Amino acid sequence: MNASSNPKPSPDGPRRVDVHTSQAMKLRLARRHAADRRFRAFGIAAIAIALIALLSLFISITSRGYTAFVQTRIALDITYDAEILGIGEEANAQDLAVADYRALIRKSMQALFPDVRERRERRDLLRIVSSGAEFELRAQLLEDPSLIGQTRRVWLTADDDVDMLIKGYIDRNAPETERRLGDRQIAWIEYLEEAERIDTFFNTTFFIAGDSREPELAGIRSAATGSLLTLLVTLLLSFPIGVATAVYLEEFAPTNKLTDLIEVNINNLAAVPSIIFGLLGLAVFINFFSLPRSAPLVGGLVLTLMTLPTIIIAGRAALKSVPPSIREAALGMGASKMQTVTHHVLPLALPGMLTGAVIGMAQALGESAPLLMIGMVAFIVDVPGGFFDPSTALPVQIFLWADSPERAFLERTSAAIMVLLAFLIAMNALAIVLRQRFEKRW
Amino acid sequence: MSVGLMILILLALTACAFHLGRKRALDLSQRGKNGTTKNDLHSLPVHYGSLGALWCALPALIVMVLWIAFEGSIVDGLVIKSLPEEIRALPEERLDLVFNNIKNLAQGNIVAGEVDLVMRRAADHYRDLRGIGNTALGMTVLVLALGGIWLAWSRVRPQLRARNHIERIVKIALIACSTIAIFTTIGIVLSVLFETIRFFGHIPATDFLFGLEWSPQTAIRDDQVGSSGSFGAIPLFAGTLLISFIAMMVAAPIGLFSAIYLAEYANPLFRSVAKPVLEILAGIPTVVYGFFAALVIAPLLRDTGTIIGLDVASESALAAGLVMGLMIIPFVSSLSDDVINAVPQSLRDGSYAMGATRSETIRQVILPAALPGIVGGFLLAISRAIGETMIVVMAAGLAANITANPLQAVTTVTVQIVTLLVGDQEFDSPKTLAAFALGLALFTITLCLNVIALYIVRKYREQYE
Repeated sequence: MNASSNPKPSPDGPRRVDVHTSQAMKLRLARRHAADRRFRAFGIAAIAIALIALLSLFISITSRGYTAFVQTRIALDITYDAEILGIGEEANAQDLAVADYRALIRKSMQALFPDVRERRERRDLLRIVSSGAEFELRAQLLEDPSLIGQTRRVWLTADDDVDMLIKGYIDRNAPETERRLGDRQIAWIEYLEEAERIDTFFNTTFFIAGDSREPELAGIRSAATGSLLTLLVTLLLSFPIGVATAVYLEEFAPTNKLTDLIEVNINNLAAVPSIIFGLLGLAVFINFFSLPRSAPLVGGLVLTLMTLPTIIIAGRAALKSVPPSIREAALGMGASKMQTVTHHVLPLALPGMLTGAVIGMAQALGESAPLLMIGMVAFIVDVPGGFFDPSTALPVQIFLWADSPERAFLERTSAAIMVLLAFLIAMNALAIVLRQRFEKRW
Repeated sequence: MSVGLMILILLALTACAFHLGRKRALDLSQRGKNGTTKNDLHSLPVHYGSLGALWCALPALIVMVLWIAFEGSIVDGLVIKSLPEEIRALPEERLDLVFNNIKNLAQGNIVAGEVDLVMRRAADHYRDLRGIGNTALGMTVLVLALGGIWLAWSRVRPQLRARNHIERIVKIALIACSTIAIFTTIGIVLSVLFETIRFFGHIPATDFLFGLEWSPQTAIRDDQVGSSGSFGAIPLFAGTLLISFIAMMVAAPIGLFSAIYLAEYANPLFRSVAKPVLEILAGIPTVVYGFFAALVIAPLLRDTGTIIGLDVASESALAAGLVMGLMIIPFVSSLSDDVINAVPQSLRDGSYAMGATRSETIRQVILPAALPGIVGGFLLAISRAIGETMIVVMAAGLAANITANPLQAVTTVTVQIVTLLVGDQEFDSPKTLAAFALGLALFTITLCLNVIALYIVRKYREQYE
């Protein structure tokens, strides 16, 4: 294999000729191949970096958020004593609704820790149970008034700091000034743990409650409902309008200045920053048409304008993929242009259009910047009941919670992100299924 | 009569009109056939029915939508006109307050302040006007709908070209839908332009465009310290540029190299898996990236900085830029992938035939051929980065610094728009109007980038098609 020798003809098969005749050339070739391998390695590295970043994003969010799906509860022996509640024997629902349930918890706590006497300590003791616990007791009693006079062991929602301690986010060995729970409180909690009175349960509050200042009482229901209402408006407006535009541009539009202008506008709108649509919504829908601020209707209108380009572009691609022979056959049978489109082309293009619509809706579901502009960034406790009620959306709720300093809100923010991502994944999966099930290859 | 009831009645009448139109057409053609003359229908019976339904519903619906859109402002104007002179002479925000009270009074809500006779009268007037308006609307809608039915009854003849009429109406509707894109653009331009002109009435345009100081306060008292507020947008542009630059430093190499690998090296199986996975990055909501930047990357950078002795701001431009870069990787990679795939195979074959290795082919043949398209893709990605909001709102700061140090906090145009407009606003203070001026600047910049990018991409495509 040295530079000058000619290779001997092999006894069987064709003669091999080494075309690289000089040592220098071989070196050059080796260098060039090494460069090729380097280049290839850069490509692999780029993809690996992107995938690792994606993975670390998912891992950091799930690892922070999965604990929010359980909630710490404390078992207390509650005696539904009419006297402590401050109601008579024959209490009606009205009386039960305003009774003093905090006193029941206080009484039960005192029975559990008889040696806590000082006022300040008693307050600290009471603080390990959530301020929402009394409403849980009220709900129980309103459902079953015969409980009055009986004693039951009830699992009450713990305060968010206790929740964090149990989930291991608060270091028990840290100096007292550096954690949100005092030494005494930790001692009480450890006592409760030993008595098996502290446990974690599935966190239903997170799914059925609205926003709250207390992390343990906060949920995503009002935000999710707001998102749903907003998306409903968006879908009802953007799908028909988008399909109509796509059909016009693809099937009817003559090539003239107006058509060109429309196409240029659609392409540009697809790349306009979403916050600009928010400014448009603020100036036009709220200030000019004086529609209510924070309403899902306005949010839906803004998101409609934002998702229209996506739906139109997808719709046009779907119409383009219908072969012209279909149109020619229909026209040949005497159908009018409009009949050709509505009876033949549109049904065939519909799956593709639906796919585009679902992707557009997924985009709209994750969008938050324009909603900030039109005031859908608010503290919403009640579940919005209509298109004009003040409401917020799931991504905006995430934005609001991410700003909260409490450790427990960090966990809930991550959990809300997981819910949002689950919806998005479901929608994109639907789009893929639609495409694979119904798309025809011609 | 409530709007919901009106719509229900209208729907019922439309159904009637459909039935009547269809029946009338069939009857007439039947009668003709029994007689001597041949009297075939021009269109299908269903077309006559639909035409009747459209005649019935369309005018009524248009009137209804217009009324709902403009009722508020017309009634408000009339009530304000009826107010006594001294109230109308109040400054605008006081007048708004009084008017809100009147509205609340009319709707039976809680009213701030005490109620005097003038207000009560105005509230009654307001309620009356709304009542009259509502009744008038109901009557108009009813008359229009019935008129439509009558028209359908009298105009339907077998010779009527019902299908052509319907197709013309549908086509007009289609055209109307497609012009929405134009109106959206006009709406955007007008809405930011008007407020911007008002803003330049308070602050000179040169101060805004070339000022180096950004601190958007407006004075509550005249003698307040720093009462004037300064609206120089250069620090915001600089901050936006810095963060977008960092983002592109991340996204351009990673996106381009992954596109090259996927297009030229990867086998079909790897490509079919890796490409959709990369696209996931584009589907993640920006608020999630913002959370990731603010609560994962920023603390990580700060801690790393502390270890190696660097002073990293907790809201550093680097954190926001890195995560934004991550977000725009798929834009760069999928656009580059498209243009690389659009390079004709013959160029590759020619290069390989000359003995070039793959990387030489890519670097010396494919990339130069695809360069315009790649540049166009980069421009689109930059425009995306400039307009991105949630990541910078959550991870970048509010401090308007002019710096090239990525470890310091900077603020961006979008962050300031959000901070100026979230919460209570009054629409005549320069503070609120400044947001619209920033919006106009943002819109202009991104529009220019998009137009250039789309032009380049289209030009390039034509070259190889």
